[in-house]
Amino acid sequence: MKIHLWLNEREITREIDADLPLLEFVRSEGCYSVKRGCETSNCGLCTVWMDGRPVLSCSVLTARAEGTHITTLEGVRERAEAFGAFLAKQGGEQCGFCNPGFIMNVLAMEDELTNPSDEDIREYLAGNLCRCSGYESQMRAIKEYLRSRKDELPLNGETE
Amino acid sequence: MLRINEYRRVESLEEAYGLNQKKNNKIIAGGVWLKIGDRRLGTGIDLSGLSLDYITETDDVFMIGAMAVLRDIETHPGLLAYTDGAVKESIRHIVGVQFRNCATIGGSIYGRFGFSDVLTLFLAMDAEVELYEGGMVPLKEFVHMPYDNDILVALHVKKKPIHIVYKSQRNTATDFPVAACAVSEYDGKLHVSVGARPARAELLEIASDAMPGTEDGIRAFAEELAGQFVFGSNRRAGAEYRRHVTGVLLARALRELAGQKQHERRNGEMK
Ligand SMILES: Cc1cc2nc3c(=O)[nH]c(=O)nc-3n(C[C@H](O)[C@H](O)[C@H](O)COP(=O)(O)OP(=O)(O)OC[C@H]3O[C@@H](n4cnc5c(N)ncnc54)[C@H](O)[C@@H]3O)c2cc1C
Repeated sequence: MKIHLWLNEREITREIDADLPLLEFVRSEGCYSVKRGCETSNCGLCTVWMDGRPVLSCSVLTARAEGTHITTLEGVRERAEAFGAFLAKQGGEQCGFCNPGFIMNVLAMEDELTNPSDEDIREYLAGNLCRCSGYESQMRAIKEYLRSRKDELPLNGETE
Repeated sequence: MLRINEYRRVESLEEAYGLNQKKNNKIIAGGVWLKIGDRRLGTGIDLSGLSLDYITETDDVFMIGAMAVLRDIETHPGLLAYTDGAVKESIRHIVGVQFRNCATIGGSIYGRFGFSDVLTLFLAMDAEVELYEGGMVPLKEFVHMPYDNDILVALHVKKKPIHIVYKSQRNTATDFPVAACAVSEYDGKLHVSVGARPARAELLEIASDAMPGTEDGIRAFAEELAGQFVFGSNRRAGAEYRRHVTGVLLARALRELAGQKQHERRNGEMK
């Protein structure tokens, strides 16, 4: 079947199988940050945005993405690098396998929640599993990152 | 792995219903549940072109379209206010935000899963399912119906002066619950819904004046209630454990319910 969508703002039309998961599709288009970490829709490694909302690309069929804008880590490089620096500073990236999905969800959280509490952050990110760490370093990195963004915003006066 | 020969984004419910009569065709809602099984479908029926992702609130009803995702339900201001946050409490533990941006109310209610938080919650409200062929069916009847080839179009929740509390327990965060219950009071009755038995949620309805006024009374009453449900065992928990934990959760829910009523009396307001 034919599919037409935007991947990281690149408009594409492709012939696909009806049952092709979005995860395999975006990887076939060169977005290798997107990974499969489980077979049960639990790990969050495959997180991409569909029209700006984080979804599990392992569970969404490519056919469902017709007409939508799909964003992967490759499409938000600047923001990902900015947060990635905080993650690295706290030793939060560890083996790195879960980072892309995790970063996509942290950025989605930044866009969706205003002044999230620790509890809000934990709840928003509960679907992103990391088997290296105890999540403490990630928590520190997120809080420092959000704080820095808050300090920054009034200076340049713009939001993304 | 989910295998599909053909994917059809239907243009009407009639078309969806027609296709759904064939044994190896299936509705694909969020597809999250379908995806984890090993299935081969002839045609995957996609309802996403029918604008069924609405949540509409009027003076006397909430109408939730079958394709509304769980995340939209747990963050809906009207539903949050109506349920005093119980809707969020029942949904927020389900896997993660990315998951809940995919999973739909239609799939959750149609599936009548034995672990369902969502079904357990809505069973304690005055809810009806709108079926394409079967029309309006009270949720408490739908929960016992066998799986058929009808299409769930929407869930309707009648607005009434209500108090409702939701409680669940998991072995580990984001796993299925091992105990889940919702307790509500409306129309002069207590409505006690117990899920994760682990079988389809069940509802008990009792006159409101059965509610004890003392702490000891509440504890005994909650245990007695838990004793009226049938529990089973699986690898997550045994039947006795589920019964015990359900009793504890019911007591907490009843206490909170009493607290809500007290608070309301003090403020002299009625929802
Ligand atoms: C790993 C995992 C963990 C979960 N944990 C929990 C949990 O802790 N608590 C909880 O409450 N739930 C849990 N769920 C269930 C989840 O919340 C959804 O209820 C479930 O995924 C079904 O929703 P869906 O939109 O994905 O449906 P789908 O997978 O698309 O469909 C499920 C079934 O319903 C049928 N169907 C879907 N929509 C309709 C319709 N409108 N009319 C007729 N038939 C229809 C489909 O044909 C299919 O048979 C979990 C699911 C998974 C996969």
